Amino acid sequence: MKADWRPVASQAMLERRAAMYAVVRRFMRDRSILEVETPVLSTSANPDDSIQPVTVNSPTADGTREPVYLQTSPEFPMKRMLAGGCGPVYQICRVFRAGETGRLHRPEFSMLEWYRPGMNERGLMDEVADLLEALGLDRAARFSYAEYFQHDTGLDPHTCATNRLQALARERGLLTERLDRGALLDFLFSDMTRRKRSTEACFFIHDYPACQAALARIKDDDPPLAARFELFINGMEIANGFHELNDSDEQRRRFQDDNERRKQHGLPEVRLDERLLAALDGLPDCAGVALGLDRLLMCITGADDIREVLTFPDEAG
Amino acid sequence: MASYSTNEFKSGLKIMLDNDPCSIIENEFVKPGKGQAFNRVKIRNLKTGRVLERTFKSGESVEAADVLDIELQYLYNDGELWHFMDQASYEQYEADAAAVGDAGQWLKGEEQCTVTLWNGSPISVLAPNFVFLEISDTDPGLRGDTASGGTKPATLETGAVVKVPLFIETGEVLKIDTRTGEYVGRAKDQ
Repeated sequence: MKADWRPVASQAMLERRAAMYAVVRRFMRDRSILEVETPVLSTSANPDDSIQPVTVNSPTADGTREPVYLQTSPEFPMKRMLAGGCGPVYQICRVFRAGETGRLHRPEFSMLEWYRPGMNERGLMDEVADLLEALGLDRAARFSYAEYFQHDTGLDPHTCATNRLQALARERGLLTERLDRGALLDFLFSDMTRRKRSTEACFFIHDYPACQAALARIKDDDPPLAARFELFINGMEIANGFHELNDSDEQRRRFQDDNERRKQHGLPEVRLDERLLAALDGLPDCAGVALGLDRLLMCITGADDIREVLTFPDEAG
Repeated sequence: MASYSTNEFKSGLKIMLDNDPCSIIENEFVKPGKGQAFNRVKIRNLKTGRVLERTFKSGESVEAADVLDIELQYLYNDGELWHFMDQASYEQYEADAAAVGDAGQWLKGEEQCTVTLWNGSPISVLAPNFVFLEISDTDPGLRGDTASGGTKPATLETGAVVKVPLFIETGEVLKIDTRTGEYVGRAKDQ
């Protein structure tokens, strides 16, 4: 039997993807946001222990075999461009995450990432909402993380005891015991966005718990809140944005904590991006957002599985 | 003991959960971009037939269930246990009423059944999709009333009760769909 060589996405789907990209590029041009490119291969990567980079181990000319990573997002080189004074920029690129395969996941996917000097996460949420409108999607509602979480569970995600979260997670079908607070919140939150996908189709969540700050600034509130937002459409996580941290000491600490967790979980440590850390104190005050374009195309076309919107979804097995 | 990682989860995989053997119906990979990955699975408890939704942290290992579906011939019921035989090896198996469940009402002997074995013992029995059984008792037929679409209960030789058209009489042999428990037709018309 011959190998199955045919594209999976329909011709109509290919055209809708091209039309989506055309709208995005016009939107960015109208706002004088510059399209840029950065390297896909790098000797350093994001150490975030929940994201596994794809490692390329090709022999080099001098015989050494230093691992090289495929980018998990173009965030670090784009931040170095911003520190260099490039002004507002965007990029449409392929990113790679090892071990992610499912109805909403592929190890290789398309990302739109853009940065806005002079904006905070609230301003960038407005701009993401404008882009959705330009694409013919609904205007997104807004909820704080605490408001959304409390409405569903009756618990305050910032202050309630971790064992209450554990008990609730068990009640909602989680079999794994002894997860840390961040992982429990991840389980509970993704479970509630899935269950509510029919009632509230399109919304932003903002003001994340500080333990989920990732690369966002932490606001000087009580409790401290991460200047981070996410966009959900039809129960899918579509975009993640930050008021970007530009304190290199704090960033190094977070990277080191990430690598520490990697060690604890038996994951390989990742070489830190010293070039990013060297640039970070010069990063202008800015907000940035990464948006999954394949999932966005699913929203536009009503596809239920990411395979439907990809030309060759199964190339990486 | 054999185990599976969540990476190996797929529909049809048999795992142990709360000390019962279960079969995975659906497996979904769930992961926030910046967060912990999970596998959300829909599973059927093979002893009770109940369907549950459960979530594992991705990368966990779960004990495998030694579960096997085999074709066995039903022999007889000794009043307590149901006896089956593997026609190739002549090996005999005994199933209790809980394992036989609803399938029991369709069996009179010699039927080929799909039996699920857990650690070598039957835990569930599936009757053949169609069985032919004689009516032991039903109210007298109303001749001429074949078009009204009315039904009446009829008791079969195994004790099962099915709804039949009014013209069907005691002593006739019926074809029954065991998946729905419905009358399909008279054996002589099939």
